[in-house]
This record gives sequence, structure tokens and C-alpha cells, in this order.
Amino acid sequence: MNFAVLQFPASNCDQDAVHVLKNVLGQSARLLWHNERSLGNTDAVIIPGGFSYGDYLRTGAIARFSPVMQAVQQFAANGGPVLGICNGFQILCEAGLLPGALIRNRSLQFRCEHIFLKTATTDSPFSGQIPLDKLLRVPIAHGEGCYFADEATLAGLNAKQQILWRYVNAQGERTEQANPNGSLENIAGICNEGRNVAGLMPHPERASEGLLGSADGKLIFESLIYWMEKRLAAKAA
Amino acid sequence: MKAKIIITPKKVVLDPQGKTVQNALAHMGYNGIGAVHVGKYLEIEVSGEKETARKQLDEACHKFLSNPVIEDYRLEIE
Repeated sequence: MNFAVLQFPASNCDQDAVHVLKNVLGQSARLLWHNERSLGNTDAVIIPGGFSYGDYLRTGAIARFSPVMQAVQQFAANGGPVLGICNGFQILCEAGLLPGALIRNRSLQFRCEHIFLKTATTDSPFSGQIPLDKLLRVPIAHGEGCYFADEATLAGLNAKQQILWRYVNAQGERTEQANPNGSLENIAGICNEGRNVAGLMPHPERASEGLLGSADGKLIFESLIYWMEKRLAAKAA
Repeated sequence: MKAKIIITPKKVVLDPQGKTVQNALAHMGYNGIGAVHVGKYLEIEVSGEKETARKQLDEACHKFLSNPVIEDYRLEIE
């Protein structure tokens, strides 16, 4: 599969994403500069972590208006899969491709640590291959990861099973203590109604090799690859 | 002309920064301090028709300068 990993001024997890996709998962992956107006031959888009445009004004607020994001809007509207990680999640919310917003961590601290994620549904291209009883041990590294949405939006997310991952403790329980940033309902990642656009604050690309202490993050990329291969096979049939 | 834009977090949104400032003011001994909300202030130089400028900046506030999901804004032109 052909992955496009977007690159904004001050993206800093772009190379990590390309490394995992190429060297760990054997996919084709290339960086796409923010001034590009076309995605070219792309099967999936990854919006990586970082501090695009210095996080000026609000996180993701400036990146969402970059030329490449207009192409991503079109790609997503046509059903193309888009995964935003950390700053990528913030950009997708600012762009209106995902509901809600990410605000300052409740503790006001930048949190950089490993957390546990529980997958809430396998009904998405990004979580289809994750056993629901498997907790994912993945790092977070953010100052603005507190997920917020108004009551109606939150009710809609629950009703339509758009919440993909929640922060839990090592026993898999959703507790206040396991919530690193004050996110509503311990939300760590969500998808859109069409289920082809998803975002999460934790960094699966930093936990895709045993050498790094955890390879749990790989399950998210593997889910996506499996989903794309199945879609391709269905198209060919 | 000068446009002044004040952006504040919506009341329903958790504002840990405001809360921390409020606590600090209380610790310093200032009495009667209630809720604090920390926002942003922008000054923008504009030219042309005042009403056109207002319309344009109002749109910009809604689309870009503030995030309506979490923030309110007030626009003044003088």
C-alpha cells in the first residue's frame, strides 16, 4: 500500500511513521510537504505528530489551512483512510474532519509517559484487527490532549460507536487516575461518522518494535493495512 | 483602523489555566476573587470600509482566529 505521511514545518514524528510503515511493515511510504496540492498515488494518509507551525494560535489551527490539507479533505470525502496521530489528531479536529477539540491538559503539564489503551470497537479500519481484551501499551507526549466536545456531540460519538480508544489502567479499568490529560470519558481516539478518518493522541509509531519496549502500536497500522488489502481485493473481484 | 479581538474559553470548557491563576490570586491574599478565564487578545491593523472590515474579520474569527467548539470571541473596531 502507498502511504503518504504529511510533513509540516515542525512536524517531528514524520520520519518515525515512515520508518515503521516501510521498515517494520514493508509498505511503501513517502513524505508529503505541506505545500503540495495533490496527494498523487496514495492509498492512505498519516498526519504525524509534532508542533506544526509552532502550535501558534491553537494546535493544528494553521496547518489545517495548508494546501495539502485541502487535498486531504477531498481524499477523506471520497472515503480514503486518514489517520492523525497526536498533532495530527489536533489538525483533524481543527479541520472539522473529526468532531470536538483538544485543549490544554487538565494538569497543565506536558505528559510524556507510557499509558494503556483499551479498544472500544473493532468496527473501523484502524482497530479491526485488535482483540478487544488486548490492552495497548503506547506512549503519549503532549501538552494539549484533553479531548472536549459538547454534550450532544459526545452523545453522538457514543451512539455511533465513534470512540475507538480510551485510557485505562493496567487492569483495563477506566479510572480518573488512568486519564493522563482530563479527556472526557477517558477518550484517547475517535473516528468520524464515515469511519474512514481517525485520530488519537498516543503514538503507535513509537511502539511498533519490541526493541522500543512495546510493539502494541503496530496493531493499529496492521488493522489499517488489512482493511485496505481487503478493500482492494473486493474492488478487483 | 485597529481591530481588537478578545478570545476566551467557553464557560463549559475546562480552563485549568484560569483555575490555577484564580488559586494563586487567593494564595497571595487578594480577597473576593471569583472565576478567572485566561484568553487571547489580538490587535489587527485594517484599512478600507469599516463595515467591510468588520464582516471580513468576523468571518476570520469564526473560521480561524477562534475555535467555536471551545472559544467565544468579541470583535471591536476603532
